[in-house]
Amino acid sequence: MPDLGKYTDTVLAAYAVSLGLIVVLVIVSLMRSAKVKAQLQALEEKVRLDG
Amino acid sequence: MTSLWTYANPKKFVETTDKVLPFVSVLAIVCLVTGLVWGFFFTPDDYRQGSTVKIIYIHVPSALMAINAWLMMLVASLIWIVRRHHVSALAARAAAPVGLVMTLIALATGAIWGQPMWGTYWAWDPRLTSFLILTLFYFGYIALWSAIENDDTAADLTSILCLVGSVFALLSRYAVNFWNQGLHQGASLSLDKEENVADVFYHPLLVSIAGFVLLFLALVLLRTRTEIRARRVRVLSTRQRME
Repeated sequence: MPDLGKYTDTVLAAYAVSLGLIVVLVIVSLMRSAKVKAQLQALEEKVRLDG
Repeated sequence: MTSLWTYANPKKFVETTDKVLPFVSVLAIVCLVTGLVWGFFFTPDDYRQGSTVKIIYIHVPSALMAINAWLMMLVASLIWIVRRHHVSALAARAAAPVGLVMTLIALATGAIWGQPMWGTYWAWDPRLTSFLILTLFYFGYIALWSAIENDDTAADLTSILCLVGSVFALLSRYAVNFWNQGLHQGASLSLDKEENVADVFYHPLLVSIAGFVLLFLALVLLRTRTEIRARRVRVLSTRQRME
């Protein structure tokens, strides 16, 4: 960890907020992708079975 | 040579991004980690800003992407208006939340940096104000897509909103040049070596910017694929209800 001097809180807060937002965005995007993919597969399977 | 319009076919788009997405994602992670670790751990403090200069590796790339995400949405919206390709409308929709997060990061890191450097978290400076308005446009754009049931109508109306919001995207970029006042300094990156940041900060910054660009690209590809599938789910569900 580098010595951030009197601005330690400032720098760490900026990184924490930013990385937190990016992680949330990535997780939400991946979760929605998986959910919609499963929905579509189930629906297409139903359509196929119904003929 | 394959025409760009080939990818306007949703099936072709999904097939192609199946191959491209893993590569872009890995490259994004490598560039982001390299740029941020290099900037955070291996660059010196600035003689005026002290260690707060390390915020530049997040603030500048996120601000850059916040504006360019809107410009990408503008191009996609224009393609929708002119050629009615659904993938382009869905790509614009997919990019909006990513652009919004970039805007929030730029605003948050700017405010956190501003307190020790300017003595305030916020000032009604031309660049900051136009950036705040751009944020509101992002919220409005996302809300408009969600509020309208018919996908084509939603794409039409959001495209118009995107055209209007582009004024503020450009203002956010050039506000410092238009109004030579306010707290915000000029661009950190410049072709003029005198105005550019010092090389010791410049190189990790470039890697970090590449990381943010690739992250944006990876997320937009992923989310566009999701929007294409979600649209297909809506079409199939409607068809089933009507039978």
